[in-house]
Amino acid sequence: MSVDMEVVNLSRLQFGATALYHFLFVPLTLGLSWLLVIMESVYVMTGKVVYRDMTQFWGKLFAINFAMGVTTGITLEFQFGTNWAYYSHYVGDVFGVPLAIEGLMAFFLESTFVGLFFFGWDRLSRVQHLGVTFLVALGSNLSALWILIANGWMQNPVGAAFNTDTLRMELTSIAEVIFNPVAQAKFVHTVAAGYVTAAMFVLGISSYYLLKGRDVAFALRSFAIAAAFGLASTLSVIVLGDESGYTTGEVQKVKLAAMEAEWETQAAPASFMVFGIPNEKEERSDLALHVPWMLGLIATRSTDKEVSGIRRLREEAELRIRSGRQAYAALQAMKRGDRSPAVVSAWDEHGKNLGYGLLLKKYTAAVVDATEAQIKQASHDTIPKVAPLFWAFRAMVGLGLWFLLVFGCAFYFLARRDVAPRRWLLRAALYSIPLPWIAAELGWFVAEYGRQPWTISGVLPTFLSASSLRPSDLYLSLAGLVGFYSLLLVVELYLMFKYARLGPSSLGQGRYHFETQGALPAGASHA
Amino acid sequence: MLDADSLRLAWWAIIVVLILGFVLTDGFDFGACILLPWAGRNDDERRVIINTVGATWEGNQTWLITAAGAVFAAWPLVYAVSFSGLYGAFLLALFGLFCRPVGFDYRSKISDPRWRGTWDWALFAGGLVPTIVFGLLLGNLFLGLPFRLDDDYRPSYDGGFFGLFHPFACAVAALAVALCAMHGGAYVQSRADAAFARHIGRYTSAAALVVATLAVVCALWLATSLEGYRLPTPSASQWPQPPQNMQVQRASGAWLARDASTLAVIGALALVGLLGSMSAAWCTRAARYRLAFASSALTIVGVLAASAFTLFPFLLVSSIEPARSLTVWNATSSPKTLQIMLWIALVFVPLILLYTGWVYRVLAGPITVEHIRRDGKRLY
Repeated sequence: MSVDMEVVNLSRLQFGATALYHFLFVPLTLGLSWLLVIMESVYVMTGKVVYRDMTQFWGKLFAINFAMGVTTGITLEFQFGTNWAYYSHYVGDVFGVPLAIEGLMAFFLESTFVGLFFFGWDRLSRVQHLGVTFLVALGSNLSALWILIANGWMQNPVGAAFNTDTLRMELTSIAEVIFNPVAQAKFVHTVAAGYVTAAMFVLGISSYYLLKGRDVAFALRSFAIAAAFGLASTLSVIVLGDESGYTTGEVQKVKLAAMEAEWETQAAPASFMVFGIPNEKEERSDLALHVPWMLGLIATRSTDKEVSGIRRLREEAELRIRSGRQAYAALQAMKRGDRSPAVVSAWDEHGKNLGYGLLLKKYTAAVVDATEAQIKQASHDTIPKVAPLFWAFRAMVGLGLWFLLVFGCAFYFLARRDVAPRRWLLRAALYSIPLPWIAAELGWFVAEYGRQPWTISGVLPTFLSASSLRPSDLYLSLAGLVGFYSLLLVVELYLMFKYARLGPSSLGQGRYHFETQGALPAGASHA
Repeated sequence: MLDADSLRLAWWAIIVVLILGFVLTDGFDFGACILLPWAGRNDDERRVIINTVGATWEGNQTWLITAAGAVFAAWPLVYAVSFSGLYGAFLLALFGLFCRPVGFDYRSKISDPRWRGTWDWALFAGGLVPTIVFGLLLGNLFLGLPFRLDDDYRPSYDGGFFGLFHPFACAVAALAVALCAMHGGAYVQSRADAAFARHIGRYTSAAALVVATLAVVCALWLATSLEGYRLPTPSASQWPQPPQNMQVQRASGAWLARDASTLAVIGALALVGLLGSMSAAWCTRAARYRLAFASSALTIVGVLAASAFTLFPFLLVSSIEPARSLTVWNATSSPKTLQIMLWIALVFVPLILLYTGWVYRVLAGPITVEHIRRDGKRLY
């Protein structure tokens, strides 16, 4: 078969773009659904109408966002088949399982009850409606769990083995796939990031009302819930991000080394480079500023284990490529029907490195005839570009610390009942609204770009995974998707701003600012 | 633990059920969208149509998402070949599907008539385009698709988007549109007030008659001149896994050249479909709207189940390399995966039916123009 690198690159671009678009909407759904549960719980317990209004108003904004999440979500499921057909065949036996479970266990729950959340207020008792809201939150978060189990398996493919008859990966242990430490760490880190996003969204918009002096009681209560929820979430995102770092150190050594620009293997415990400019050409970092011990402690939780550097990892990869070449030769013999003891024992010894052998397909279709130069090239391919990962990771961490500061201050002044006069804090919260999205997108970038050159780490190279399409198919679909999504995003943002500015007056209860103060802002009449 | 072939058979049944769930429920959402710009004569009427399906369409669409996920997990090669081979068609269906979540949610948030008019047509496209694509897809399952599998089972596809428009496939696509329009009309009229139901009913019964006509045309076409495929010995385990060296016969009318008992099952199901559509038309005329909806649902079950039994055991026929066609026996995941997934499906599918039923019961009752005028801010 021939590998059309243009198709591969366009497919990557399309998957990356559509995934990042989808993840503009997912984090808010994950977090805001729990905030709605909290607000409605207070309503059910206290019977105070303002909490019902809060649930309904933030629910309106939830709906505007949710529609886009559903719109952009279907594409991702279809794209494994449309754009990554060989991948689908190669790992469908394993990877398809969490996706199918996601549909049956989580997505059905979420999408069946979400309609009842919006339209069931008059048809359900208070407790029943709260139960429905809870099921929406549970469904969306379970959905994230199964998707991240699937994604975690791409990063750390446990519980599966290659079948030499069917020529694909097959499931050996569902428990290992589900309790994959990478998947579990990713799940908690990702949902907590969603909670931070939603908390900042509610905190920022509430701050806007406080700055304008509108609907103060409504805004302060929303602010309080968001500040407490946000502080707890930010702390867990940081702690669980550290857990993510630890599991990365355990099983994704290449990603860790690239994120940290660890060119050489330092003596344990490794120091952490706080600042530096990665220089890919000379494989060193300029202007580096190190903190002793820190990386060793984060990545190995010990003072005596080493963190492998890029050069050493590349040498290890080269050995595995040589072994993988023999695995490939044995597999070809088995495909011809040769199951002689020599072939079988060669496969038993080298089979686990088949994926590394497949890296050579980029340079020679036959694999077994790869030259030394080609093996060197392939071993270079195993290290993703360092600078983008290094910077994206640092930007994400920096944003995380900023969120801690904002929520910390918000919570502190809230506890002192002194929020409304702190206009600097309210402004900071308002203008911080977009930042958690940026942090979340950077997080995805680090996780997925850092997985290159693999779709399934160590098992299947990205360039082999793509469908046999024509570049013209890809140009058309990429332009169509990006164009259509961008158009819908503009519409979504327009509605989001409109309803956020309007505030709880949009509920038509007759109790809020624009209803009691007379004139509605221009264009605000609706329905 | 079931043996491998029973598991394969069970998964064929489960996926047929998931697809049936999709068409039976989301079918009337598609249909309501198709009827929207024609049957809704003013904004209030259009909002009545939208709100009869608005609260539940999302759960209905999940049958599609789950069916696709189940195909991925249970029939990876079928998923790989069909989605990549029919790239343009699936993308087109996606663009149609994009219009629905935003269309339902955003349309009535601004009262400007141009805004609402635009979304009405977007919703119309969101109903029509996926219906046409899925109809074309069903038609092409009978015709075979021009795909190959190389020695590593990497699929490649020799046809293009316009190759899907064979006259037979177009007839099936038209049947799909009529089927959804009938089903959508049958659902909306069952939840409208008497006057609006009568108005919608005209569309329902017209669509039902088109369904009956096209179903007969397609069935006769299949039985006579259309080239079909057949496995001379369709028994299970002798087929190597994955697909190779199958003895597939191709001949006119081969799809229905079957043994008597299979033919009886297919014939009975097709008859259910035909009588169902006629009954849907009659019940609509007689203002027996619940019965009309049940008849319409029965039509869908009849038509789809007859198709599934006719195609069995084929999943995807290769028109250029029939010997490497994908069947129920040779294109599945490993028995272990099928076994685990079977348990999960057996737990969750009944649970889904249970809570979906509850949600429909809570939301039951007519939606009228008065509702829209009174509760406008809280409805779609």
